[in-house]
Amino acid sequence: MMDFDLTMVNWARAQFAFTAMYHWIFVPLTLGLSFLCAFFETIYVRTGDKEWRALTKFWMTLFGINFAIGVATGIILEFQFGTNWSNYSWIVGDIFGAPLAIEGLFAFFLEATFFAVMFFGWNRVSKKFHLFSTWMVAIGSNLSAVWILVANGWMQNPVGMAFNPETARFEMQSFFEVVFNPVAVSKFVHTSSSGFLFASLFVLTISCWYLMKGKHLQMAKRSIVVASVFGLLSSGFVAFSGDESAYTVAQKQPMKLAAIEGLYKGETKAGLVAAGILRGDKQPGDGQDPFLIKIKIPFMLSLLANRSFTAFVPGIDDLVYGNEEQGIESTASKIAKGKKAINDLALFKQAKKEKNNEKAEIFLAKFKNNQEYMGYGYLESPEEAVPPVAIPYYAFHIMVALGTLFPVLFAAFLFYAMKDSLTKESLKKWLLPLGLISGFLGLIAQESGWVVAEVGRQPWAIYGLLPVKASTTNLAASNVQITFFMFFVVFTLLLAAEITIMLKQISIGPEEGR
Amino acid sequence: MVSKNIKNHNLIKGINSIYTFYRDGFKGMVIGKKLWKIILIKLFVMFVILKLFFFPNFLNTKFETDEEKGNYVLEQITRNASKN
Repeated sequence: MMDFDLTMVNWARAQFAFTAMYHWIFVPLTLGLSFLCAFFETIYVRTGDKEWRALTKFWMTLFGINFAIGVATGIILEFQFGTNWSNYSWIVGDIFGAPLAIEGLFAFFLEATFFAVMFFGWNRVSKKFHLFSTWMVAIGSNLSAVWILVANGWMQNPVGMAFNPETARFEMQSFFEVVFNPVAVSKFVHTSSSGFLFASLFVLTISCWYLMKGKHLQMAKRSIVVASVFGLLSSGFVAFSGDESAYTVAQKQPMKLAAIEGLYKGETKAGLVAAGILRGDKQPGDGQDPFLIKIKIPFMLSLLANRSFTAFVPGIDDLVYGNEEQGIESTASKIAKGKKAINDLALFKQAKKEKNNEKAEIFLAKFKNNQEYMGYGYLESPEEAVPPVAIPYYAFHIMVALGTLFPVLFAAFLFYAMKDSLTKESLKKWLLPLGLISGFLGLIAQESGWVVAEVGRQPWAIYGLLPVKASTTNLAASNVQITFFMFFVVFTLLLAAEITIMLKQISIGPEEGR
Repeated sequence: MVSKNIKNHNLIKGINSIYTFYRDGFKGMVIGKKLWKIILIKLFVMFVILKLFFFPNFLNTKFETDEEKGNYVLEQITRNASKN
């Protein structure tokens, strides 16, 4: 029996999830608002219209507030790596070191130079240099996100590395394979474009508030036009990259795809569940229909997963219990191989300690035979390889439903803006209230996306190679509980500070913003 | 010699203008002052209180060399091996 402290593991998991979700309130706004500020300022520089300048400065102030409150919240995640996840941070250190160091350097130089010009440089540098700085902040912020997403992509699909049994570390073999990992590429496009979409919704929300209050009408209308165009374009990228993400998930993480679709029995010509309610007591292998009710779109899951209407899509039962016909190995068989790999690794280390090189070579060769299954050796049952299906399933469907609503919303706003009828009384009854809550809906979609990515990956920290429970430090749960509640207090205060400052700034409006 | 002096003069002028750019920028801030206070308090809480007292790097505090750290992690991830 494995003796990992699951209570500690779950508290560490909760703490990491809480911190990451909090951090993710600020990041997408930074990614998207930086580009929106660049668009606004470009229009100002091209037209010379002072109203556009006031508008740019207003949104730049909100961008600054968001950035200031969000800055360094991601550092907390790195603290947690060293304290709660020491096995994991040691094992992946060689892979993560390079991307995270590049990200740190990038962020530092960006913030020390162009950020300062963006905020302090009005009237003190030329219009064009100021605009250049704003664009550099936008491009730099987004490029700095590349490296974090490369690291996350590697955890979802570990490539370009080899495990060194002497040092217990994954060592990078190919930097380019790690950077151009298909999961990382689709993740970056999907994540950054969804950040643009969320920021566009944020602009809609505040602009709608002004329209409903009858304040700063011209600024609100202009902001809506730019945000709607950007939001519509971003929605296209989100849809395209979402499709690509689903395809890479199907190829590299079939269990995650099965979970987000609630698919237990694999199918050819598989339909996509558009909406449905899962049966609460459904267990792998129990033969029950997983859904109480569902609406399916025929053939679409096969198309999404394999680019073919007739392809077979494996379900949870196929992946857990195997499917000979489709050539899918059972998890029980993988667990047996994984346990052999762990034993051979231990024997290799022991032989090394005894300086018996001949024996060490034998165990190393044996270890290498089953090395790719090593992670499965930590699982106690085949069913443990299944993520908590309901969470990624509902998160995925909420994300997709909202992601379908947003382009319609942007199109409607653009339509009425072009007709110059956004201030019509009839719109105050439906479109403007919808726009007002759209930022909140965008946040739900953002967080749901991460829930799909991270809960759907469970039980793995590094997919197939290292489960979460083997990644933690051998600590008492109480250590993590204390810091969990400390974070809860600190983050709640920070979020309250952000909301208060931002609301105050919004109520002041564009003229005074600095 | 003259060109070297001109170069030095330009360098000093450049540094001075960067200094005044930042100085005046910080002085002219309105909401920025409040935000900087929040950032500094946050960084203090994170790096001085949380990092020092609650988030030590476990392996760095227990071991000195990479070999010791590697051996420990290896022992951790193989501790349930049956070794037969």
